Amino acid sequence: MMRYALHRLLWAIPTLLLVIVLAFLMVHAAPGGPFDDERAPHPDVLATVEASYHLDEPLPQQLGRYLYGLIQGDLGPSFRYPNYSVSELIGHGFPASLKLGALAMLLAVLVGVSAGTFAALRQGSLTDRAVMSFAMTGISIPVFVVAPVLVLLLAVKLHWLPAGWSGSAGAAKYVLPVITLALPQIAYIARLTRASMIDVLGRDFIRTARAQGLGTRSIIRVHALKPAMLPVLSYMGPAIAAILTGSVVVEQVFGIPGLGASFVQGALNRDYTLVLGIVIFYATLIIALNLIVDVLYGVIDPRVRQQ
Amino acid sequence: MSLLEVNNLRICYGDTAVVDDVSFVVRRSESVGLVGESGCGKSQTALALLGLLPRDASVSGSIRFDGAEIANTSQRQLDEIRATRISIVFQDPMQALNPYLRIGQQLRQILLQHNLARGTDADEKVIAMLARVGLPDPKQQFHAYPHQLSGGMRQRAMIASALIARPDLLIADEPTTALDVTVQAQILELLEELRDDTALLLITHDLGIVAGRCERLLVFEAGKLVESGPTGAMFAAPASDSMKRLLKFAPRIDRGAILPPAEGKTVLSVEGASVSYRDASHRELRAVLDVTLSLRQAETLAIVGESGSGKTSLVRALLGLIPMHAGRVVYAGQLLEGAVQTRAAAQRRDLQLVFQDPVSALNPQMRVQSIVSEPLRVHAGEQTAQVRLARVVAILKKVGLNESFLHRFPHQLSGGQAQRVAIARSLILEPKILICDEAVAALDGSARDQVLELLRAVQRESGLSIIFISHDLAVVRSISHRVAVLYLGRLLEVADTALLFSEPRHPYTRALLDASPVPDPLVPTHAAPIKGEVPSLLSPPSGCVFHPRCKFADGVCSDKRPLLREIAGVRVACHHAEVLLKHP
Repeated sequence: MMRYALHRLLWAIPTLLLVIVLAFLMVHAAPGGPFDDERAPHPDVLATVEASYHLDEPLPQQLGRYLYGLIQGDLGPSFRYPNYSVSELIGHGFPASLKLGALAMLLAVLVGVSAGTFAALRQGSLTDRAVMSFAMTGISIPVFVVAPVLVLLLAVKLHWLPAGWSGSAGAAKYVLPVITLALPQIAYIARLTRASMIDVLGRDFIRTARAQGLGTRSIIRVHALKPAMLPVLSYMGPAIAAILTGSVVVEQVFGIPGLGASFVQGALNRDYTLVLGIVIFYATLIIALNLIVDVLYGVIDPRVRQQ
Repeated sequence: MSLLEVNNLRICYGDTAVVDDVSFVVRRSESVGLVGESGCGKSQTALALLGLLPRDASVSGSIRFDGAEIANTSQRQLDEIRATRISIVFQDPMQALNPYLRIGQQLRQILLQHNLARGTDADEKVIAMLARVGLPDPKQQFHAYPHQLSGGMRQRAMIASALIARPDLLIADEPTTALDVTVQAQILELLEELRDDTALLLITHDLGIVAGRCERLLVFEAGKLVESGPTGAMFAAPASDSMKRLLKFAPRIDRGAILPPAEGKTVLSVEGASVSYRDASHRELRAVLDVTLSLRQAETLAIVGESGSGKTSLVRALLGLIPMHAGRVVYAGQLLEGAVQTRAAAQRRDLQLVFQDPVSALNPQMRVQSIVSEPLRVHAGEQTAQVRLARVVAILKKVGLNESFLHRFPHQLSGGQAQRVAIARSLILEPKILICDEAVAALDGSARDQVLELLRAVQRESGLSIIFISHDLAVVRSISHRVAVLYLGRLLEVADTALLFSEPRHPYTRALLDASPVPDPLVPTHAAPIKGEVPSLLSPPSGCVFHPRCKFADGVCSDKRPLLREIAGVRVACHHAEVLLKHP
């Protein structure tokens, strides 16, 4: 298992490198530059500024310079906020995003797994179909539609919850963004759980457990939940990625000063280093979390562990 | 009073009844055998007794257990009876035990659920039970996962789980069908030893298993109970046609005609064949080591051995389906080498293979006609469709299937019919050698008998040579001219069939024969002839690979690998073969 983890860790390096190079090229391929404003600066001024950031060098050289900095842990200075380094900006925005993402993930797993198990136990019933239709709806409607509708309904019309981030204190401000972010994941996890739970409940060892008089609750808790969670666990990697990208939209809609918001601003401003920094940060995060998921897989399935 | 009383039991799926009008009783501490061919409704009946049938099954009639009606009762009431009053051992312990939970946890849960023990007391009870079923080092096995145990040990753990709550009735549904024959003997012995005054309902397709063990028998056919009575009387004077048929088609290792040795010239010889695999951690695993065998024209050579003996690896390697790491194969004076794709068409045509499970060996989306004619399309492309069709019809007729089968799909065939289609496909190119890998293992009585008769008939007519791989010595006795015994990839004995069954030379061959159940209550059942199970190929024993399980083993056996040598017309690899021959 340790060898496997190490192996995966080594593979993460080329993956990450590929992400960096692609992101670097794409950012630079986008039209415009970090210092193009409505009021165009004097060409000489522009040239001086660009030279000071090495933007006048050929692209491969810039990439080399960037990678060299990266090896030393330096994500570079922000082009638009000269007083801050990219690392500082990430450190500033990440806590809010982390809290949001983690809460959404927790909610998605708790509600999704419960709803899926509930539906699986009543396969074919009205409850089952209701849960699954809800899940289908949840998957079909994109975040940028769900968010405004929820705000309109629960905040603007009913005044139950604050509509935005600023000005409102306490836990209430988390409710809408977390639900918005979690909703499609709840739906997806519920479907996954239902399918795998139905599969597991049909296995011979569940029949053995029934023959031992264990009763539905013990069977689910002791025998079925662990194996039924394997597909859900496999989905955690993509789910984390989906929550991260989803948070970019959600942070915009609710005005949350998180990493997603910085990313959108950075992209609009052609703040090359900021965008790249966030991409690299997220990519590392996703790779690391996927690795943890794989290791957890071995914890649940003893046969994987042995290999 | 009867412990279990079943009256007019009927189990339906939709409009189809799989069990109909079945009535029987099981008395306290009695052992009752429930026998019948696959699909006769015996397992359905067992599941019904515990309320374990799938939801779409409807049950009518009465099941009274200890005076109380339990057919169609509530889950809660059933849960109180399950494990504590009635328990069950299923066929395949790999499937029936939860692979994600430690053995100890699975057993412990039963005690907790029924409030029989808690905390460390429960753990101790579980460990004591594991010790009773003969798990070595039960404290350690408490923490083992099912996949870490061998097949026999898993079934022992399953039995422990069935007996830990001291039930009044134990149902064993084909408890040894997934196990090797030497392990089967141990498990049956264990069941008998441990059950005390627990009544036993033993379900099996094998009359040999119930013959010496059950006091009474119930015979099922097509969902109906066709005969019941004391075991001895039913074997001596079967009343129903079903029981007569079961008896007629039950192969026996102790009687029946044996083929004389084949006299033809040698067509195939395997010299010093070795096959290795690497497991997930790249450790080398020697599946076959230094095996030398030959096959004569019109001869059936049986290769027998338990799981892991290398019998399948050996034939796959000689066919070129997997690489052979050492040794050579000579067929018709020519070397057979390399992967099957690289071999000459004639060589490929002359050696054909028949698999164990005919249903999965036939493409479900092709009709019988295309399945059987496919080899013709590959090997004899110029023929017209009409010629091909005529040949398909002819070969199907030979295997006993008429033209109405041409347009059927595999799922529309019975097991026996599907296997005959598979054999027709292998025979249509008129091969010189047919390799049957457990070709009748999935078939019941009459279907098995028909396939065996078919093979004998084809051999008589065309001089076909057959390599017949099987774990079942009784079947081997009836079909083969010569028998090779493999163990852990090593050849232990090669002998003419008559000699092998009358004077087995190798202690392992003797054990296999002693462990094979005989469908006759008058033949005393042997105590399990050997202990333990086949060791792992990853760490084969030193010297003679059989020595850890051999009661004749001494220092030489663990030090020196015995070579195959000829003693009185039999090739045997045992240091003590001469002595054993004189003192049987």
